Amino acid sequence: MSGPSTYVPKTEFTRWLDSRLPLLRFTHDTVLTFPTPRNLNFWYAFGAILTFFLGVQIVTGIVLAMHYVPNANMAFDSVENIMRDVNYGWMLRYMHENGASMFFLAVYVHMFRGLYYGSYKAPREILWILGVIIYFLMVLTAFMGYVLPWGQMSFWAATVITNLFSSLDQVIPHLGSIIATWLWGDFAVGDATLNRFFSLHYLLPFVIAAVVGLHIWALHVPGNNNPLGIDVKGPQDSLPFHPYYTAKDAFYVGLFAILFAVLVFFLPEYVGNPDNNIPANPLVTPTDIVPEWYLLPFYAMLRSIPQKLIGVLVLAGAILTLAFIPWLDTSRVRSNRFRPLMKQFFWVFVADCILLGYLGDQSADAVWHIGGTDVPLVWFARLGTAYYYAFFWVLMPVVGLLETPRALPDSIAKSVLAPAE
Amino acid sequence: MRFALPLGLIFGLALSAPGLAAVGDQAPLKKMDWSFEGPLGTFNRADLQHGFQVYKEVCSACHSLNRVAFHTLSEEGGPSFTSAQMKAIAAGYKVLAGPNDKGETVDDKGNPLTRPGAPADTFPPPFANEDAARSANGGALPPDLSIIEKARAGGPDYVYSLITGFGQKPPAGFKVTEGKYYNPYFIGWDIAMPPPLSDGQVTFVDGAPNKIADEAKAVVTFLAWTSEPHLEDRHRIGVGVMAFLIVLSGLLYLSYRRVWKDAH
Repeated sequence: MSGPSTYVPKTEFTRWLDSRLPLLRFTHDTVLTFPTPRNLNFWYAFGAILTFFLGVQIVTGIVLAMHYVPNANMAFDSVENIMRDVNYGWMLRYMHENGASMFFLAVYVHMFRGLYYGSYKAPREILWILGVIIYFLMVLTAFMGYVLPWGQMSFWAATVITNLFSSLDQVIPHLGSIIATWLWGDFAVGDATLNRFFSLHYLLPFVIAAVVGLHIWALHVPGNNNPLGIDVKGPQDSLPFHPYYTAKDAFYVGLFAILFAVLVFFLPEYVGNPDNNIPANPLVTPTDIVPEWYLLPFYAMLRSIPQKLIGVLVLAGAILTLAFIPWLDTSRVRSNRFRPLMKQFFWVFVADCILLGYLGDQSADAVWHIGGTDVPLVWFARLGTAYYYAFFWVLMPVVGLLETPRALPDSIAKSVLAPAE
Repeated sequence: MRFALPLGLIFGLALSAPGLAAVGDQAPLKKMDWSFEGPLGTFNRADLQHGFQVYKEVCSACHSLNRVAFHTLSEEGGPSFTSAQMKAIAAGYKVLAGPNDKGETVDDKGNPLTRPGAPADTFPPPFANEDAARSANGGALPPDLSIIEKARAGGPDYVYSLITGFGQKPPAGFKVTEGKYYNPYFIGWDIAMPPPLSDGQVTFVDGAPNKIADEAKAVVTFLAWTSEPHLEDRHRIGVGVMAFLIVLSGLLYLSYRRVWKDAH
């Protein structure tokens, strides 16, 4: 895609095919010879890892759907049937359940990578925004998938999240309730809700796959960013994607698959919640309703705001903010390697996200004992939420203007082949 | 709360040291060494068979085991009863029969027609429905035990602590509700279940020791199996998968190094 095609069909058949459907030419140019910066490190393997896990989720999901019954009276039983009676059903189900966690782990690393190396900056704004859309679709898909086993956490997570819309009642009376009823297909979370969530949970991964296609397309126009954040200036700065990055990515996918196998075979219930092994019961509310770990930071933000509507706006704004980053960052330098000040704020931001995740997992009335006083955790969540927003809306624009970046290297090739210092 | 430990360690937060336990808070669970835990864990066969006997003679008076089919009792990775033993166990239970050749579903006295259990049947429940169960148990519902150890935080340790946790003196000031029992491992401390086990309550067919601790260990092992019947398969396959992936990753690493040899 960047530069003229170098594909030369070698046989009668491929010449024939090339003038009708240039599929091999497309593959040749986008996968085999695609010029890729020669200095991509471990953190750049997560695109391949994510593609792998999208595949795992779709394949295991399709087989699980052959056995799953989206009916409020039968869903829990059908999942137990998969765990007990379907041949290797337990393996498929644990792969799918833990695959979601691996998928999110990989997407967070991928996003932090993009943040650190400034991969959202011109000319990659659309690439970044497509990524934000993929992430948002992943959140939706994961949430609906979590509802499907119809355990206690499934049911109550669906109830809590769909009820967030009712906060809109504070803006226009009845508006939120009408939306909630429309989402449920009933006057409460029930069979109709479960059915539509199943339908959408099956649909959305294919939408994700399509947006991933656009994401890769948008990547292949400007080409990859790289840890130095400087442009590729000539052929000496890049390597063909194959075999260099196919070999490198395959190795890291292998390592990630090992971690995946540890979860699936030896700790399959670690990321799960015991309450979800209790069938859904609309009459009994669990003591603590918590989402899966990958949504805990947002849950902490939501709970830290006492006013429901503002809480919901803060939650939605936290994801929406990501779409504006390309224009919030005023620095001319992409990579944080050369931004001594922003680099520190970046790592504080990573710690902040982990802190928010931790706080989201604590019960609502938890406290820390500091110097003899009980400080409610909600105050730390507020502090964490404030930093999350400040990082994007204050630090990114301001630090970019104030900071003096370090000198950038002349070229990728020079810095790789004869490392400075 | 599941991630409190790893994340707490990341932050080095000794700040959240547990405060004074409030009334009704769960006591720290007894931490047992279970044969089925750990990456290579397997069930102890004798415990599984003894545990089945404890369930049958004690727990099943109130607790159903709806998701467990008789045939699994003789399958690999389970209690490993012989096929003949399993069929005898199944036949010892009466399950609801379908309509007879006259189309009747009840006998002359209006009782539902029953037949002896077959291997494909699941354990029949002790009560006809939830109302009957609550009515017979002072309003409390004895939960189904099929996946109980995956449905409670602490799993096997929780169930073990709970069923061996009776008979302690309630703290001063805590009044046990009439008709309930004090058990510090039950959240709220007031449990409707009477102490289920006592020394020598179940006489094991092979004459194995039958103190409360033995009976509890056996039934907890049995219920760990009903909760995760393919655990041994999972561990065995997992070891093979790990070995494969480690060798594969090793080869991928070598090919990666070789491809990149000239690129640096």
